[in-house]
Amino acid sequence: MSKLTMVEAINLALSEEMERDENVCMLGEDIGVNGGVFRATKDLQKKYGEERVMDTPLAECGIVGTAIGMAVYGVRPVVEIQFSGFTMQAFDQIEQNMARLRNRTRGKYNIPIVLRTPFGGGIRAVEHHSESREAYWAHTPGLKVVIPSGPRNARALLAAAIREDDPIIFYEPKAVYRAFREDVPDKPEIMEIGKAEVVRTGKDITLISYGAMMRPCKEAVNDLADDHGIDVELIDLLTISPMDTETLAASVQKTGRCIIVHEGQRTCGVAAEIIARLNEVVFEFLEAPIKRITGFDIPFPYFQVEEHFLPESEEIILAIKDTIDWQ
Amino acid sequence: MAFQEHEKKKTTSSEEVVSPNTPSAMHTSPIDLGHIEVLQILNEHGEVDSGLEPDFSDEKLLEVYRSMVLARAFDKRMMTMQRQGRMGTFAPNIGQEACIVGQVTSLTKDDWFSPSYRSFGAQIMRGWSMKHLMRLWAGFHDGFPPPKDVNDLPFSIVIGSHVLPAVGIGMGMNYKKKRDCVLVNYGDGASSQGAVSEALNFAAVYKAPVIFICENNGWAISTPTKKQSANEVLATHGVAHGMPSIRVDGNDILAMMCATKEATNRARNGEGPTFIEAITYRMSLHTTADDPKVYRNDEEVKVWESRCPIKRFETYLTNKGILDADSIEKMVTSCNDEAIQARDAFYAMPPADPTEIFDHLFNTIPEELQKQKEEYLKRLHQKGVDE
Repeated sequence: MSKLTMVEAINLALSEEMERDENVCMLGEDIGVNGGVFRATKDLQKKYGEERVMDTPLAECGIVGTAIGMAVYGVRPVVEIQFSGFTMQAFDQIEQNMARLRNRTRGKYNIPIVLRTPFGGGIRAVEHHSESREAYWAHTPGLKVVIPSGPRNARALLAAAIREDDPIIFYEPKAVYRAFREDVPDKPEIMEIGKAEVVRTGKDITLISYGAMMRPCKEAVNDLADDHGIDVELIDLLTISPMDTETLAASVQKTGRCIIVHEGQRTCGVAAEIIARLNEVVFEFLEAPIKRITGFDIPFPYFQVEEHFLPESEEIILAIKDTIDWQ
Repeated sequence: MAFQEHEKKKTTSSEEVVSPNTPSAMHTSPIDLGHIEVLQILNEHGEVDSGLEPDFSDEKLLEVYRSMVLARAFDKRMMTMQRQGRMGTFAPNIGQEACIVGQVTSLTKDDWFSPSYRSFGAQIMRGWSMKHLMRLWAGFHDGFPPPKDVNDLPFSIVIGSHVLPAVGIGMGMNYKKKRDCVLVNYGDGASSQGAVSEALNFAAVYKAPVIFICENNGWAISTPTKKQSANEVLATHGVAHGMPSIRVDGNDILAMMCATKEATNRARNGEGPTFIEAITYRMSLHTTADDPKVYRNDEEVKVWESRCPIKRFETYLTNKGILDADSIEKMVTSCNDEAIQARDAFYAMPPADPTEIFDHLFNTIPEELQKQKEEYLKRLHQKGVDE
């Protein structure tokens, strides 16, 4: 076991996978000598060479588009897009080719790409650096969307993603990158993609979240247990698409109440999808309307006021108490 | 002239600040794009430039000639079927046969081809059967995947979106230390796409073994090349990205064969990408849903009729003594027959399978998608279309 930050755990997974499979390569801006602007790829070029850790021209569409061709040819590219806000430059290639080339060729070509990109707010970044647009990718047929919440699951999910033959958007919550350390096993670890994790079992209400929002959720859960005797079941979604409806439904069937928290915008967001699914399968078990605490339908605000935009534990506590008291 | 004087004035200034890794702006000179020659070996009368005449074998020349005739026969058959309501919307290739067929004549099975949608003749040469292409354009999913052992991408619909993946395949060849190459074609319209510029840049930076064929056929639906680009010499796009670039008479099959042969040799020798602007003309419609009378003059089309790529190749081969009126007629008849046989084979193919549309998106169908599939199958059952 070593105590690692999320950035270090990601670096570890990348290094292990490159070691394991010589077809795994990396493309991105400033990922080589510089080790990436967050240092997620630190020393990997030194270790694996310029041909496998490729500093690219500054063109996100070009990075993703060429990675698609490499994938068709049997290479397994891991792409780093410096900030998720810049992924929009590559939307064309993600939508037209990465997500659908397998389908267009009826399975003749696989597109085993992992597109890693830091997302979310909370680090006082400049404009276009704090977006959470996971709903776009979940809405695109053909993509899987994975979002870790801590060092250990980041390492295990990234390794699993690199071994998958389908294209994956791997959203890294950058507010968590260096927020805390966690024990990470010395041996490589794999977590199954498509599975949510019940982080804490409880009987009164189900709280569902993912990424950086797991931290205020955990705070809220602890406070509610300590101060109010409310027993919350906390679920970390981990994979946004395909969504593990079964785990969510089983929990809500038990608790009868549910709250969903994410920082992405509300309309047509991940919470909206979860609510629709729960309505389909556990409507008769619901004791109260399902509530969502999300980012608002505005562009992510500039950093002097970002703390007011992001959901916080106080708000989650209030919403949970409201839902428990709902008649 | 004014620009040069300005430069001179700047370089005579006494103080210069030079960054350690950037040459001073004061030392740069204006880029000279130079004059880019148009390679023509066979003129529109079928007369050959003897100094440039290549020594392809008679068999090779006849094979290429037949591919051009077959491409035209296929095109005409497709048009008839479309007008009869038995074919979907498609993009005719008529008039561009030399460009389209010529570009793939130097490719091997291990090379890759990433076509735009106006590439019939090339696809047939690459191993796509005509009934397969008919299936594709008639709206069957099973028409999209390239045949087994054919290393092609399916053609792109979103203009220019196939160029970056083609470059990626070339980068993959470098990664795997293979000495093969990729050929990608796109039109004058696609040359305006940002992603195409990015593709040229990536190919040049990584010395990817890619041959870019920019088919300048004068029109992107209704937009003429002069409105597409202020600089009508599209070969300069290659120059600007730092790769050898040439303009070729795209209606001259010999020029197309020679230019692409040299480019594929360069690619295989690790010398990186080449840009070929092929000047040709879209004789027919953009697609069968288009009416060019709305936006272009028939006089212009007439001028290009006299530059027909098949006619001039026939003249050359006749002068060379390997073709005559009789063998031409036989060849045309056999190609027309082949297109008709393909049509009949296509008509005899089974109807589309409506049940498989969920099965190819992922390697393993996710649970939610499986549920949706079952819902859809139920719908088919209610409509009575399953079996």
